[in-house]
Parts: sequence; structure tokens; C-alpha cells
Amino acid sequence: MSTIPGVVAINTFREAVRDRVLYNLIFFALMMIGASILVGEISIGISRLVIINLGLSAISIFGLVMAIFIGVGLVHKEIEKRTLYTLLSKPVKRWEFLVGKFGGLLLTLTVNTALMTIGLGAALYYVSRSFLRTDASILVAVYFILLELGLVTALALFFSCFSSPMLSTLFTLGLYVAGIFSTDIRDIGMLTRSPATQAAARAIYYLLPNFHNFNAITAAAHGESIPVSLIWQNTAYAASYVVLVLAAASAVFSGRDLK
Amino acid sequence: MTGRSHSRSLRFALVAIPLFLAIVLLQTRIDAETRTIAQQKEELLLRSGPLLKKLSLGYDSLLADIYWTRAVQYYGSRVGNVGEKFELLWPLLDVTTSLDPKLMVAYRFGAIFLSEPAPMGADRADLAVELVKRGVSANPDDWRLESDLGFLYYWHLKKYPEAAAAYLEASKKKDGPVLMKMMAAEVAAKGNSFSASRAIWTEIFQTAQDPSTKKNALQHLQSLQAQQDLLALDKYSEDYRKRTGRYPTTAREIYESGVLSGIPVDPAGIPYIFGPDGKAQLDPKSSVVLDKPSNGPPR
Amino acid sequence: MSTPAIEIQGLTKDYAVGFWRKQMRRSLDNLTLQVQEGEAFGFLGPNGAGKTTTLKILMSLIFPTAGTARVRGRSIDDVRMHREIGYLPEQPYFYDYLTARELLDYYARFFGYPAAERRQRVALFLERVGLASAGNVQLRKFSKGMLQRVGIAQAIVHDPQVIFLDEPMSGLDPVGRREVRNIILDLKRQGRTVFFSTHILSDAEMLCDRVAVLVGGKLQGVGAPGEIVSMEVYAMEIFFEMRSGRPLPGALAAHATKMGERFRVEVPEAQLYPTLEQLRGCEARILSVAPLRPTLEDYFLKLVARDKANSLPAEVGSAR
Repeated sequence: MSTIPGVVAINTFREAVRDRVLYNLIFFALMMIGASILVGEISIGISRLVIINLGLSAISIFGLVMAIFIGVGLVHKEIEKRTLYTLLSKPVKRWEFLVGKFGGLLLTLTVNTALMTIGLGAALYYVSRSFLRTDASILVAVYFILLELGLVTALALFFSCFSSPMLSTLFTLGLYVAGIFSTDIRDIGMLTRSPATQAAARAIYYLLPNFHNFNAITAAAHGESIPVSLIWQNTAYAASYVVLVLAAASAVFSGRDLK
Repeated sequence: MTGRSHSRSLRFALVAIPLFLAIVLLQTRIDAETRTIAQQKEELLLRSGPLLKKLSLGYDSLLADIYWTRAVQYYGSRVGNVGEKFELLWPLLDVTTSLDPKLMVAYRFGAIFLSEPAPMGADRADLAVELVKRGVSANPDDWRLESDLGFLYYWHLKKYPEAAAAYLEASKKKDGPVLMKMMAAEVAAKGNSFSASRAIWTEIFQTAQDPSTKKNALQHLQSLQAQQDLLALDKYSEDYRKRTGRYPTTAREIYESGVLSGIPVDPAGIPYIFGPDGKAQLDPKSSVVLDKPSNGPPR
Repeated sequence: MSTPAIEIQGLTKDYAVGFWRKQMRRSLDNLTLQVQEGEAFGFLGPNGAGKTTTLKILMSLIFPTAGTARVRGRSIDDVRMHREIGYLPEQPYFYDYLTARELLDYYARFFGYPAAERRQRVALFLERVGLASAGNVQLRKFSKGMLQRVGIAQAIVHDPQVIFLDEPMSGLDPVGRREVRNIILDLKRQGRTVFFSTHILSDAEMLCDRVAVLVGGKLQGVGAPGEIVSMEVYAMEIFFEMRSGRPLPGALAAHATKMGERFRVEVPEAQLYPTLEQLRGCEARILSVAPLRPTLEDYFLKLVARDKANSLPAEVGSAR
């Protein structure tokens, strides 16, 4: 990690750890333990389904909350606390700082998610005493969740560059919900009679970050395989969108007078 | 200062435009990929209307709109598929109307497309009746729902007394149009009739709000028209045989024999033809499709 | 003439103010000055004069409306310039979850030192600012003085040639102030250029080769402290005590000020001996006699008063 973004990223990760962010894992563990014990009473067929559904949904929600709440403070906190002043007096470009903050939170989320996945695996083994080959789709679903979290982080970071944590939370959450329902938004627009509205509906669909692409929880719960082509496409989509958002953040942030 | 911000915007645009193109391209690929997956496995995670209502935290009518849109999209994207059974149509409409019992257009859509036989619908008139009856109890003052019930009894279930009763109910409600009284009388007196059928489908055609419903109504109207024409042409065909000793083969022959003022054409504009048994038929090239089994008086 | 360490040319900064952001307020007006290598340069002015604005522009934390600046020949737009400078902001705040050692190590990483050298530097500079024993204490437990010292350490850990300090003595007790003063003198002895802003004029007089005075965003004067104010004595100051019960002689009573048990009076040089005679005559006890020269402070206060009297802070009409 000898690059400048890498240095900033490691420090961001260290800050999250020292802020006891990883303690959320305790709640997750307790929840999975409770669920496993409860569900062990029911027949084998359903219990796997419940554990996977519950575990993956929790990983997604916990991760989302973390990505948003830490993300909206990534830049804002450094400006408010003025730690950014000393940092920018070093030979650091502003975009390197942004990429570093993004990388640090993404690293935190990855570590958090990985530990949760292990917990999920343990619960699954406890409940069904075996792993099936089809369980590999669980790992794909987790990977998709990580892609989703990366995109949410980038959006939160973008807003963090110029708006208060509360507003940034609203904007980021709003974009997340819109991105889940973007297909429906487009379809409603397509049902109108005016071609202008239809075109606008299609344009909005492509502009929005389409978070529904990343939902593979149901497929993983039923042990369905997810095509490799979709994995590549989602990775490329997430990566492109993240770079776009970070570039926008950099464009906004690089010209800003810091108070 | 402005020079610097101009060059920053320019650099951003240079990066952003290719990225955005890549994003659009990838999204279309992803959509294609997930569509093929979805067609192989139909999935509606939550089928329980009441449960969804609780989960929607008070945003039920918004969620109802979303499910309604999905129902229309679901139907529209699958109509025409060979062997399509529209299995999710009922659950989608069920959820929609549970979330928003006043969403009239959903009841109408279900009345038509749940009951329509394959390949245009789910062929489940029973579910359609259940849906509309639920609508009636949630909206006791609305005449349109009783009218839809009447339609279902008349057209699909062929239960004419029940149909007449439903039309009568409709006529008694607030704003119930005179047409309802006329329908009740006609159906009670004659059962199946061309005029009643045409009135029903004309009303549906005129009040249709989505393209699928309108198209479907038009097809039925064309079929009715064709059926009437065919009945009439059968008579002309018999007359022709009495006069010339053989059955005609094309409609042009009837015209040339002087009994008609123009060549009889079907609602699509294609001239009718006659089979070897002398019975009038649609030209196979015509786009008009007769309902099966045919509605209206038997031939 | 070698390249000046710091070269500022026509630096101007306007801010949009007001609810609709329609009015412009000029916080820095056409500042031009140069600082040579090895100078200790004091940047003086009251609060709001534009000192911090200047420093922030030099650090590229904010961007000037007009003008340019170079440090050691490199434009402030060039990120590489930052390798050669150190900066201590006003009332600094550091990541309080880090220890002093971790903080210095973090900042040192931006300069690409190999791990062993980085460790040595961190240890050396902790020692240099007197924090060797507190290296592993979390910064959230540090006193203000300790934080200031950590701040200086991070500003010099990479051996920069030019060091910028914004109000380095603010909020420190006399002990702390003395320590910071010593560090600045040390840096001077090593031949570095130190540019610091302050409103404590005695420090400026003591440490600086040259000073610049900024009031209301405008440069009022640059020069050695002695050049800015004349060295002429303008009065003599006498401190004395009266024996209990004895009244002050009439003329003196009008001009003397009482401070606790002591009295202070200012008299023109020519009047010194007659006044002393008068005091001996009423058996006063003379405590001290000293010449008064105009200080930087007097010059300063005069400037501020004049600026206030002239106009409201420079407003440059409406925007656009």
C-alpha cells in the first residue's frame, strides 16, 4: 500500500476499526445464532432456505447502513474537524484523497461482509450438517452485495463532498430506493401516451444506479446457479458506475474552497 | 478561476461520456440476461396481499401502482408466447387489489385477461369472477364492477340468468347507465345475442385505458362482425346454389350475380370465400380471428 | 539574486456574502511580497485581516480570485511544491484515535521513505518537540500545548525548507510559548525559512528578521521590526510609591496613574530630572525609570484605529 490512496485507505480502515464499527458483527452473530436454534426445530428443507434468506438479507442491510452512515461523513468529517488542512499540505492530490477514503470504507465493508459470510456458513452447517455444491451461489450473492455496497459508498462519498451528513443520507438513500424500483419507474413512464415522457422514462432508467441488478438473494436461497456472464456484466457495471461517481466527486471537490 | 473550472469540467466530461456509454451498454446486456433467467423461473416472492399490505408501512397505494404496472408489463411481454399460461397474472392482480381495493382498472384488466382463453389469457374465468366479486364488496356503489361480473357470466361462463341479474344490479347503482337496464332485459329475454355481445365489447373498447385491452376488444368486435357476416352469407350461398346449381367459391361471384351492391369483405377488408360445403369462411390470409368456441348463436 | 523562498504577486480573494450570495467581500487585496531563504518572517495583523486566508491560499486549500504565488520557484498549483513545505494550521485538530507516533508515521508515509528511515524520523522528531515520552498516548488525551507540539512535529518531519505556521503560540501558556519559540529559533539556525502569522507582537519583535503588517486585507508595511517603527525615545516612564498618608504633588497627581500601591507617570525626556526632584521632595520611593520607544504594538494599534476610522471593511460593490 505504498500509493497515496493506499495510505489514506489504510488509515480510513483503522479509523473505522477504532470507532468500534465492527462491533455490529456481534449483533449479526447473535441474530444468526438465534435463528439457527429456532429454525433447527423445523424440517430440514425449509431451514436452509430461511438461514440463507435471513443471513444474506442481514448482510445486505447491515452493510447498507454502514456504507451510508460512514460514507456520508467520509469527507464531511475531515472538513468539519479540519484534519483535511494538514493532510492537503502534504504532496497529496485531492482526487487521491477521495479514492483513498473510498478504498478505506470499501475495505472495511469487505472485511465486515467476509466475517459475516463465515458466520452464515457456520449457521448453515449447524442447521443442515453439510454444504451443497449449489451453495456456491451464496458466494456469488455475497459478491453482488459487495458490488452494491461499493456503489452506495461511492454515492455517499460524492454527496459527502459538499453536503451535510443528514442531506447526504437522504440523497443516497433516495437514490438507492430509486435504483431498486427503477424498472417500475421506467414502466410507469412507458405507459403514458406522450413520446417525450416515454423517452425521458428510458433515459432515467439508464441514468439511475440500477441496484436491482445485484439482487441474487432469492436465487442463492433456492440454490440456483448464476450465469458467469451476469457476474462479469455486474462487475463491469458496478466498476464503471463507481468510476463515474468518483470522477464527478473529484470534479466537484477539486475546485472547492475549504472553509 | 473560471479558466480552471472550465478545464476541470472538460476533463470530467471526457471521462464521464465513455463511462456513461459503457454503463448503458452493460445495462442492456444485464437486462437481456435477467430476462431469460426470469422467463425460465417465474417468481413473485410475496404472494400474500394482506402480508404485503402490512409490510408496505402505509405506502400501500403506491405499492399497488407498482404491482399494477408489473401486471400490465407481465402480460404485455408474454402475450404471444406459445403455451403461455400467465401463471403470475392472478397473484399480481390479487396483490394489487389487496393493496388498493379501489384500483378499478385492475379489476377490469383481470376480468378480461384472466378469463380469456389461451393464447390471449390465463383461461381462468373462475379466478376472474373471484377478483371482480372482491371488487364489488370493496366498492358497493360502483356499477362498473357489476357490469364486469355480468360480462363474465354472459361471455365466458354462459350463465345467462346470473348475467342478467348482474346487469340489473349494475343499473340500480349510482350513475348506472341506461345501457345496463337494456342489457339486463336483452340477456334475460334472448340469452346469447349479437347485439348484447357487440354492446359489451364496444363499451370495453371505448373505455379501455391500456393498449392490450383495446386491442383485445377490437379483435372480439371484428370476430362478432365476421360471424354475423358469415351467417348472412350462408343464406346467399344457398340462394346462389338454387339459382345456378352450384355453390359459389368467392364473394365476388355473389356480387356479380347482382344480389349485392358490393363485394362482401371481412372487417379487415379481405373478401370472404366459400368452402366446398357452401358455408362462408374467412380468407386464411385475413387478420381477423374468430373466437373459439364461437360466441353468439350457433351456425 | 537567488530565487526567493516565497514569492506572492497580487494575491486577491473575494468572497460572496449575504443570503443570495450577491455581494462580494474582499478579504485579501492585491498582496505582493517576497520572503528570502533563511528568513524568519512574521505576518502580523488583527483577527480577520486576511492572514489565515493568505496561508490557506498558499496551501491550495482555497483558490485566489486573482494573483499568483510561488514557493522555492514552484507555483502553488504544483502538488510537488508540498514536498518542500511544512504547515501548521491555526488551532489544529488531529485524528484523535491515533497516537502521536502513529500520526507522524501516517504523514511521513506521504513522502515515500523506506520503513526503517520513517521509524527513525518519527522517533527523532518526537524527541525534537519534547514528546518522546508521550509517543504512544492517543491524541485525544493530549493537552493543547502537546497538540501544538505534535503539530509542529508533523510540519517538519520531512525536513522541509519552508515552514508555514498559523498562530503557533495561540492558546499556549508561557512555558508552551517558550518551547515553540525555541523550536522556531532552532529552525532558523538550520537555515530554514519560517513564515508565521501571529498577533503577539513581542514574539514577532523577538524572532523575526522581517515582518509584514496586514490590516483589512491590505498590506500596510513590510520591513525589519526596527524599520517599521523608529528607535527614538519619545518619553520616560517612572514607577514610584508614596509613603503612607503623603499626598501626591499637584502637577503629578493630574498625570500619574495608580496601579495598586504603585504609581506610573510618563514625562518628556527633558522633564525627567525635575520630576525626580519633585518626587524626592515628597519622599516618594522611586521603583524604576525606563525609556519608552514606540513598539510594533503602538504602530499596529494606530493602523487598526486608522483603518476602522476610514471605512467599513473593504467592500467591492455587488458581484458581477
